[in-house]
Amino acid sequence: MRWLLLLLGMAAAQPRSGTQDMSRELQAMQADDSANPGMLWMQEGEALFQRREGLAGKACADCHASLAGVAARYPAWDPATAAPIDLAGRIQQCRAERQQAAPLPRESEPLLALTVFVARQSRGMALAPPADPRLAPARARGEALFRQRRGQLNLSCAQCHEERAGLRLGSALIPEGHANGYPQYRLEWQALGSLQRRLRNCMVGVRATAPAYGAAEYLELELFLAQRGAGLPVEAPAVRP
Amino acid sequence: MNRRPLLAGALLALTLRPAAATPEDEAAALRAFTGGAALREGRVALDIPPLVENGNTVPLKVTVQSPMTAADHCTAIALFNEKNPQPQVITARFGPRAGRAELATHMRLATSQKILAVAAMSDGSFWSTSAEVIVTLAACIES
Amino acid sequence: MARVLLNLPRSAAKGAVIEIRTLIMHPMESGFRPGMNGSILPRDIITRFRCSYNGEEVFRAELSPAIAANPFISFTTVATESGTLSFTWEGDNDFRQTETRDIAVT
Ligand code: HEC
Ligand code: HEC
Repeated sequence: MRWLLLLLGMAAAQPRSGTQDMSRELQAMQADDSANPGMLWMQEGEALFQRREGLAGKACADCHASLAGVAARYPAWDPATAAPIDLAGRIQQCRAERQQAAPLPRESEPLLALTVFVARQSRGMALAPPADPRLAPARARGEALFRQRRGQLNLSCAQCHEERAGLRLGSALIPEGHANGYPQYRLEWQALGSLQRRLRNCMVGVRATAPAYGAAEYLELELFLAQRGAGLPVEAPAVRP
Repeated sequence: MNRRPLLAGALLALTLRPAAATPEDEAAALRAFTGGAALREGRVALDIPPLVENGNTVPLKVTVQSPMTAADHCTAIALFNEKNPQPQVITARFGPRAGRAELATHMRLATSQKILAVAAMSDGSFWSTSAEVIVTLAACIES
Repeated sequence: MARVLLNLPRSAAKGAVIEIRTLIMHPMESGFRPGMNGSILPRDIITRFRCSYNGEEVFRAELSPAIAANPFISFTTVATESGTLSFTWEGDNDFRQTETRDIAVT
């Protein structure tokens, strides 16, 4: 009995991926590369990765072979800007500085495609946020944002994703709200979208104003979410309702 | 933000919400497929989740029992719905070269409703099955 | 050109039933949905899909607005001989796209 309780206690401490909260059918769609619509973007990203772009006349593939494992340890510290950077930000940076090509805006189709192509190479690997102490202040701000009430509904992320995880909001199940499946094919969007887009949805959901894409607030939340979900497998491109 | 625009938005959405197909529409669509022949129960299996988290993409599969020989095969599979704006979903036509009478797709469901799957056979008979699907709604949608 | 994902074997034994799974990037705008300014967005869907095997049609489907965005269609065919399978999607606004895949049948 003691053992069982101990085991249950341990299980509760493990983060639970949103995949486990979906129907068997959506889990199957996510797992099946021939039915997961996110794979259309992944294929686009693969083609873009091979294409020469910009004044440097280089393709991503000219400088990078495998990027396996990279997505699992982002957001990371960027020494060049002395700030945290997420995977999409890193790709934007390589595009602008190393390819010297026209910038790809956040949430643009080519940036989503490249990001999912890179992220998928880490599929199945555990989220392993870097221990870099320079990230600590921003991650702590992320946690504070997570616990801060916002919007006309005056709710914090934690009030839904910690206190009410597993309960229902209307008819939707409230998941723990992890970041291991991005970019993701959300059925509500009928398209691939980034974690920042998902965060915007949750902010708009409580009638708060959402900052513009790329804002520091998102980076801080992303850092905290990665920490909170450490150990979960990367599932990009996940499927979610 | 005050409530008025929100309310107005909701009203607008209500008035613009497309009307669902009527039972007559569905009957007419079915008749166009069967030519008025009677539907028999059986031989068709419809695999669709009973509870759907988002009606935008609902995976489904239709499997028809048929030897798929030149003499005896399934010639078409059609899907109909009650409450989307139009009763048709998809009609697939094939022949013995298909080897198996199967069709899988992702459909949209505007709301909870019954889905009807009909198979046409080379002997002129029509077989069917139906399934009830409950659609729940996503929270935190974009607006 | 819309992105297409085709899943089918490159080779098969003669007489084997092979499964073909297709995805194509397309909004399937239903024609029933209000846009930002409140007026209905015009319909823009794929209406027809066809698969031919060495020139002979083996499967065809008529699609409606009730098919989800980025349409997924899966069906089967008998591997009869080596050659080319061709897949064509057609729809509103003169949408038309064809993809081909070779198959070796032994
Ligand atoms: C001219 C060579 C070059 C090109 C072209 C290039 N990169 Fe990079 N990329 C680099 C270098 C150098 C780094 C830095 C490695 C480091 O900081 O450890 C890097 C870093 C990265 C990283 C982070 C890797 C890590 O381990 O943290 C990603 C992801 C990445 N690039 C993706 C891309 C993508 C996608 C493209 C195409 C849009 C691209 N790169 C184009 C040279 C290039
Ligand atoms: C009112 C409750 C509520 C609040 C507050 C809320 N969320 Fe959510 N969140 C949800 C629900 C419900 C979902 C599941 C998807 C759906 O159906 O909308 C979700 C989904 C998510 C997901 C996607 C999980 C996955 O598996 O992909 C993330 C990440 C997330 N929320 C983060 C946040 C953050 C960060 C905040 C605070 C800024 C927040 N949420 C605030 C209810 C909430």
